Amino acid sequence: MKYDVIVVGGGHAGCEAAHISAFMGKKTALVTANIQNIADMPCNPSIGGTAKGIIVREIDALGGLMGRVADRSHFQIKMLNNAKGPAVRSLRAQADKITYPKEMLKELEKTKNLTLVESMTEGIIVDNNKIMGITLENGDKLFCDALILTTGTYLKGNILIGAKNTPGGPHGEKRSNHLSDSLKAAGFTIQRLKTGTPPRIKASSIDFSKMKEELGDKELYTFSVDGIAQYKVDDQQKCYLLYTNAETHKIINENLDKSSMYGGYVTGIGPRYCPSIEDKIVRFSDKERHQLFLEPESLYYDEWYLQGFSTSMPEDVQERMVHSLSGLENAVITKWAYAIEYDAIDPLQLKPSLETKVVENLFTAGQINGTSGYEEAAAQGLIAGINAVNKLNKKEPIILKRDEAYTGVLIDDLVTKGTGEPYRMLTSRAEFRLILRHDNADLRLREIAFKNGSVTKQQYDKLIEKKNQIIELKELLAENKLKITKEVKEIFESAKKEVPKTTISYLNLLKRPEINLNFIKQFLELNYDIDILEQVEIEVKYEGYIKKAYKEAEKTRKLEEKIIPNDIDYSKVNNLASEARQKLEKIRPISIGQAARISGVNPVDISILAVYLKKEYGKNE
Amino acid sequence: MEDTICAISTSLGVGAISIIRVSGQEALDIVNKIFKGKDLTKVKSHTINYGYIYDGEKNIDEVLVSVMLAPKTYTKEDVVEINCHGGISTTNKVLELLLENGARLAEPGEFTKRAFLNGRIDLTQAESVDALLKSKSDSAREVALNGVSGSLGKKIKNLRSILVELLANIEVNIDFPEYEDALEITHSNLKPRLTEVLETLKDLLATARNGKIISEGLNVAIVGRPNVGKSSILNSLLEEEKAIVTDIAGTTRDIIEGSATLNGILINFIDTAGIRETEDVVEKIGVDKSIAAIDSADLVILVLNNNEELTDEDKELLEKIKKYENIIFINKTDLERKLLFNKDDFTIVDGNTKEISGLDNLKKEIINKFNLEKIETKDMTYLSNVRQIDLTKKALKAVEHALANLDELIPVDMLAIDIKQAWDLLGEIIGENYQDALLDELFTNFCLGK
Repeated sequence: MKYDVIVVGGGHAGCEAAHISAFMGKKTALVTANIQNIADMPCNPSIGGTAKGIIVREIDALGGLMGRVADRSHFQIKMLNNAKGPAVRSLRAQADKITYPKEMLKELEKTKNLTLVESMTEGIIVDNNKIMGITLENGDKLFCDALILTTGTYLKGNILIGAKNTPGGPHGEKRSNHLSDSLKAAGFTIQRLKTGTPPRIKASSIDFSKMKEELGDKELYTFSVDGIAQYKVDDQQKCYLLYTNAETHKIINENLDKSSMYGGYVTGIGPRYCPSIEDKIVRFSDKERHQLFLEPESLYYDEWYLQGFSTSMPEDVQERMVHSLSGLENAVITKWAYAIEYDAIDPLQLKPSLETKVVENLFTAGQINGTSGYEEAAAQGLIAGINAVNKLNKKEPIILKRDEAYTGVLIDDLVTKGTGEPYRMLTSRAEFRLILRHDNADLRLREIAFKNGSVTKQQYDKLIEKKNQIIELKELLAENKLKITKEVKEIFESAKKEVPKTTISYLNLLKRPEINLNFIKQFLELNYDIDILEQVEIEVKYEGYIKKAYKEAEKTRKLEEKIIPNDIDYSKVNNLASEARQKLEKIRPISIGQAARISGVNPVDISILAVYLKKEYGKNE
Repeated sequence: MEDTICAISTSLGVGAISIIRVSGQEALDIVNKIFKGKDLTKVKSHTINYGYIYDGEKNIDEVLVSVMLAPKTYTKEDVVEINCHGGISTTNKVLELLLENGARLAEPGEFTKRAFLNGRIDLTQAESVDALLKSKSDSAREVALNGVSGSLGKKIKNLRSILVELLANIEVNIDFPEYEDALEITHSNLKPRLTEVLETLKDLLATARNGKIISEGLNVAIVGRPNVGKSSILNSLLEEEKAIVTDIAGTTRDIIEGSATLNGILINFIDTAGIRETEDVVEKIGVDKSIAAIDSADLVILVLNNNEELTDEDKELLEKIKKYENIIFINKTDLERKLLFNKDDFTIVDGNTKEISGLDNLKKEIINKFNLEKIETKDMTYLSNVRQIDLTKKALKAVEHALANLDELIPVDMLAIDIKQAWDLLGEIIGENYQDALLDELFTNFCLGK
C-alpha cells in the first residue's frame, strides 16, 4: 500500500498529525498497535493546566482536535490563576479516560482520507536519506511520501516497579523492540528518558470524609472557540486534597534502596518538575508533609488517580505507603505505580519544522522528541502534520515564533537547546507570555492556520468578525465620554470608586485599576460578547506592559528575519570560538535569531557570523 | 529595530573638543530630547546646528550638533554628532543623558560593524572589523569581570538573589497554583521587598560619584576676578600638600593646572586661564573663560574680596555657580567689610591669603562636601564607569516602574516583567547572564510534581 502520509502511533501527537494531514487533503494512514488505545491517557486524568491549557487553545486555533474533544469529555473544569493577571490564566479539565479516547476515535473515523491500521511498526525504510515507508511486525511494508513518528514511550519501553523490570508500554501493551534500532542505524542519536505514574485506588475503598473537597468553577468554559459549553456547572465531579504524614515518610525512608530509582535499576533521566514521592522526601527532608490529590479517572469505572504519589517502590511498600495516608487506610490499589524508561531521539537532530535533519520527509512529534505531557505532544503532532503536508506540497513550513505561541517556544527550545530531561511547558519558559495569552490564541494563530489550510473558511470569517468587533468597541469607548453629573457622581460614590474630576472618555476611564467594562455598562450600552469585552479590557488595561512586550518582540524579530543559508560551512567562518562552532555545526540554526539562543554561542560569535554572512552572501541581496 | 548606539569618539581629555557620535533609527529623536536649539528632526541633512544640551532645566554644555541622515553616513543609518566643549565630566554627562533617553553604549567597533553590515565599507576594511571583533572576544569577559570589584560584585549579587528568589516564587505561584507550600506573592508582601531593592539601588547610585572621585579625582575650579587672591590660594594648597606635577597618565593633563591630595583623594585644579599669572600684571581675562572652567568642575571655589562691593562680573559668577557644588572664599577679612550679598545658596569660608588664614577651613569644607573622610579608597564598592551607572539606573527605573504599577494594582505576574528586567540588567553589570538560572532556582527551592 502507498499513502501520502503515514503516522505511526495513536497517542495525542499521532491523532493530531493524522487528522490534520487528512483534513488538508492527503491520503493518510494512522498505524497503531491497538486501535482501542487511541488517544489513551496513561497518566493523569486531565487536559490543560498552567501553560498547557494555553497550548490546547493554540491547538484549537490551528485546527487541531484536543480542545474540541476535551470539551465533550470532561467532568470538571477550572480556570487556573483566575485571581492573577490575564497572561497566566489557563484552563484545566478533568477529562474522562473512557469518553476522551472514544470521542477522539469518533473524530478520526469521520475524517475523510484517513485510514486506521492496527499493527506494530518495527522499522523505517530509508533510501538515499529519504523516507520510503515502514515495516510492520508481520513483515509487511507500507509506503509513503512523508512519515510522522509519534511513538510515545513505546520505543524499548521498560516498566519498573522496585527491582522488577518488565519490557512493555503502559497498560501492559507491547513495546516496539526494533524501531529505535532502525532509527539508530539511520543516523539518529538515541537517549534514554524516564517518567512515572502514581498508583490508582478503588473509589469504594476511599474514606473521602477525611479529605478536603476540590470543586470545579461555577462558570462555563470551553477550550475551543468554535464550541459552546455543553455541561452544567453544578453537575461537575469533585476532586480531593490530602497529605502525606510522618508515617508515610518513615516507610519511604526505610525502603529507599528497594525503589527502582534509588536501588540503581533505572538508567533513564527523569524530569525535575515531576519527581517521585521518594525524590521529594529525600530532597526536601525538612518538609513534614506533601500535598496529594485524588482525582476520578472516569465516570464509567471506579478508579481514582493519586496525584503527587508517583513512585517506583515494589508493590508491598507501595501498599504500606498508601495505607499510611489519612482516608486511605483500607484503600484497594487497582494499579501499581511504576516508572517507565523509553528511547527518544535527540531533538537537536530536528529542524524547526519538526522534519528530521537525518532523513528527508521524516517528521517526529511528542515523547520521542523528549517532551512530556499530552498537550505538548498534541501541539507537536499538529505542527508535524501540517508541515509534512506543506513539504509534499512544496510550501514553506509553519514555524511559530516565540512571540506567537507557546507551541513556538516549545519547538524552538527543543530544536535549539535540546533537552536532557522530559520537557514540560511552563509559563516561565515563555519570555513573551504577556502576548501569549489563552484569551487571544485565535487572534494570534487562526490567520496563520487559514493561510496553511488547516482551518475552514467559516472559522476564518468568524475570526475576522471578532477582530472587527474588537476595533469597533475600542472606537466606541474612545469616542464616547462620560459627563460627571450628580447621578454619575452618586453611582461612583456608592460603588466606592474615585469620581473622575472632569468629563472623561470611557477608554481612559477603563484604564483605571478599579474600573471594568461591567461597571461602564451602567453608562454606555455595550452589545458585545463576553470574549470581545474581555479582550478589549485586557488590551486597554495592560496597554503599557503589552506595548513593551511587543517592542521587545519586534527587536528579536529582526534577528529571526536574518536567515542563515542551508549550505553555510562553519569551518570557513574565521574567529568563531570553538564551542560556538561545534554547536552551530550541530544545530544548524535557520536564522541569526535562533543562533543567538544557542547556549555557548555568545554575542561576539553572533557578530562574527553576521559579518561572515554579509561577506559571503551579501552580494546577492 | 536595531538599537540606537552612542559613544565618545574622540580621546577623552585630549583636545578641547570631544565628539559624541549617535547612530540608529532613533538618533535624532534621542538627541532632540536633550537639545535646545532648532528642532533637529526638521533640519536638513548634513547641517551643523548650534545650541545647548540640557539636563531637564539645567544647562550642561554649549554644543554644535551635526545632523546626517541615512543613507549617506558612516553607518548608513541616521547619525548625529555632538561637539562638546566642556571637558571630561561634561562629555560624560552628555553621554549619560543620551543613555538615559534610550540610546545604548556602543560596543568596541560597533559603528564600523554597522557600516559593514549596511554595505557602507568594503571587504578589505571589513577584515579589520573581524580582527576587532576577535580582539574583543578575548578581552570582553575579562573587562566585564575586572570592571566590577569584589565587594561591588557582592552587593549586586545580593540584589540579584533577592530578585531571583522573588521571581522563582512568583513563577511557582503561576505554574503550580495549587501548590500551597510556596508563599503567595501578593502586592502587600512584594512591596517591602521591592522597596528594599529600590533603596539599595539608590544607595549604589548615590555612591557612584565616589567611584568616579576615586578613579578620576575631584575637579576643582577656582574662579574670581583678577587680583582677588586665586593664585595665592592655589599656590598654598599645592605647596602644603606637596603638589603633584600635572603628569597624570591618561587624564586631563592639558586642562589641569596642578593636583594635590586630600585624604588620599586626588584634587585636580582646573586651569581657569591665567590664575597663576602674577598679580602685578594687568589681566585681561574676563568672566567668560572662568565659566568654561566651571562647567567641567565638580566643585567651584569663588574668591571674593571682603573690602570691595560686588561688581557685575561677581554677580554673574554668583548666579552661575548657584547650580554647582560651591564654596565662596571671602578674602581679606582683616579689612573693612564692604561686600554684601545674599549667602543663602552658598557655603562660605572666611579667610585672608596674606596671613594664610582660612585655608584649613577651606579644606575642611571640601572634605565635608564630598564626604572624603568616609570614602574608603582601598575597597571599591562603587559603581565607577558610565556603563555600570547606566545599567544601574535602568534597573532602578524598572523597580520604580514595578512599584508604581503595584500601587495601581497591576497583577503580580506582570510586575514580574519589571523584576525580571531589573535582574537581567544587574546581571549585565557583573557579566552573569545565564537564562536557565531562574528555572534552576525554581526546581531547587520548591518541591513540585505530580
